[in-house]
Amino acid sequence: MNIEKFYDDDLSGQIKAKNFQGKIFEILCLLAILLGISILLILLIDVTLDGIPWLRPQLFNSFPSRFPDQSGLRSALQGTLWMAILTAIIAFPIGVSAAIYLEEYASDNRFSRFIEINIANLAGVPSIIYGLLGLGLFVRGLGLNRSVLAGSLTMTLLILPTIIVTSREAIRAVPRSLRMASLALGATQWETIRYHVLPYAMPGILTGLILGMSRAIGETAPLITIGALTYIAFDLRGPMDIFTVLPIQIFNWISLPQKDFHDLAAAGILILLAILLSLNSIAIYLRNRLQHRW
Amino acid sequence: MQIHDHNISVNNLSVWYGSAQAIRDVNIQIPGRKITAIIGPSGCGKSTFLRAFNRMNELIANNAKTEGNIIIGDLNIYDPNLSPIEVRRRIGMVFQKPNPFPKTIYENIAWGARANKYKGDLNQLVEHSLQQAALWDEVKSKLLQSGLSLSGGQQQRLCIARAIAVHPEIILMDEPCSALDPIATYKIEELMRELSKNFTIIIVTHNMQQAARVSDYTAFFTLDENNVGILVEHGPTEVIFKNPKDVRTNGYISGRYG
Repeated sequence: MNIEKFYDDDLSGQIKAKNFQGKIFEILCLLAILLGISILLILLIDVTLDGIPWLRPQLFNSFPSRFPDQSGLRSALQGTLWMAILTAIIAFPIGVSAAIYLEEYASDNRFSRFIEINIANLAGVPSIIYGLLGLGLFVRGLGLNRSVLAGSLTMTLLILPTIIVTSREAIRAVPRSLRMASLALGATQWETIRYHVLPYAMPGILTGLILGMSRAIGETAPLITIGALTYIAFDLRGPMDIFTVLPIQIFNWISLPQKDFHDLAAAGILILLAILLSLNSIAIYLRNRLQHRW
Repeated sequence: MQIHDHNISVNNLSVWYGSAQAIRDVNIQIPGRKITAIIGPSGCGKSTFLRAFNRMNELIANNAKTEGNIIIGDLNIYDPNLSPIEVRRRIGMVFQKPNPFPKTIYENIAWGARANKYKGDLNQLVEHSLQQAALWDEVKSKLLQSGLSLSGGQQQRLCIARAIAVHPEIILMDEPCSALDPIATYKIEELMRELSKNFTIIIVTHNMQQAARVSDYTAFFTLDENNVGILVEHGPTEVIFKNPKDVRTNGYISGRYG
């Protein structure tokens, strides 16, 4: 069979045509990324221009007011801080313990696989559903009312799946040879987990916690559902106080008609972004440290 | 329970992983304070046999099942009343790949001792163990550096020192030199000769020259027609290498297969 005649003689012309197709694809990909980046940039520039003039001590020291130049984020910042810390305190031990159980103790049977699949599914549940759950369970069921504690518990439910999944990954990344080394010395499983597995998994676990916290800080819907949408003009003094948070305050200001409030909202967005970015940088730093170790 | 200086007797030992049998009916007497080498082709159950001594098989696979027993002195390793933790405390292990803890050199030695409630002076123990593992002179000035900063051969000697520090009666070694260069291998072999004065050593090796060089006794394993590991023969290393009784041993040792 003469296969030669079925191939083109003009090899270089053929390759040129193919390279042209490749080039077009490359340009399309570049356009896609430019689109994403430029939209983000426009947003950032717009927000920065609007918000910068309002970034002044007043913004941090004052409670919200019906006069834009007397308005501040004091109560919203306090609420966000309280909620983030309470959520971390509650979610961390529960999430890590669940991850340890699933990775180190649970045997691989139908029941544990069922739990695993459902945790992965829970991470994808819309946040407003958690809000409804929080409203029924914490606000009304446990009678916590619209307290920051009820908000934190709701956020705990929201970020637990993330924390469990990332903690499990971190625990799984601890080399088996390390566990074997410990057990072969006559250490118990508890000692092995406590002194070897957990310390080495900790940067990864903390990364998950921080990513979960930054999600909790940015969430609005579940907190509106449990009734945090309130005008608050006093300091937050304890976990049972009613509260508001940054995204809700920003939402509040944007929904007001005056232009000044919109600019104030832009300043609030800048602060929220700064908090989220710094949390994410800490997470990245921790992740890099983890990679260095192994 | 002191089991020092006692010989080991393995009786009808069989191990399964799920429904797959790994080794069948192994019977062997292993003399105390000697080096016994386990040799044989890949997949013949050498490592499974070795892990049977510190009940590590049940750790690596939760469907592992062991029948028969291993008696060391008066101690039955598979006594249902005996905790595997105690077995592992008394029978140390050195692994194929050096696996120091990502802690300081000092802490690598001290951790196991502390976990086992060592009441003596930890500094002395660390020095003594490192000296016994022929590593002290190389690391005495950097005890607080990470164990991972050492070379592969040093890491493996650190792992040996770590095992020695909890004062085991037997040291199991699973191809301890397979990840090391010839010079590091030589040092470990020298160390093994030295350690055999105080410890019973059982070593799995792929390297027949190593078995011939270092061991006092050799056991040859192979696969039977059902791909189950069996012990073919065992005896003084010289006899196994010069006058093997079994044709399969002879074939393996002379390099016809393996």
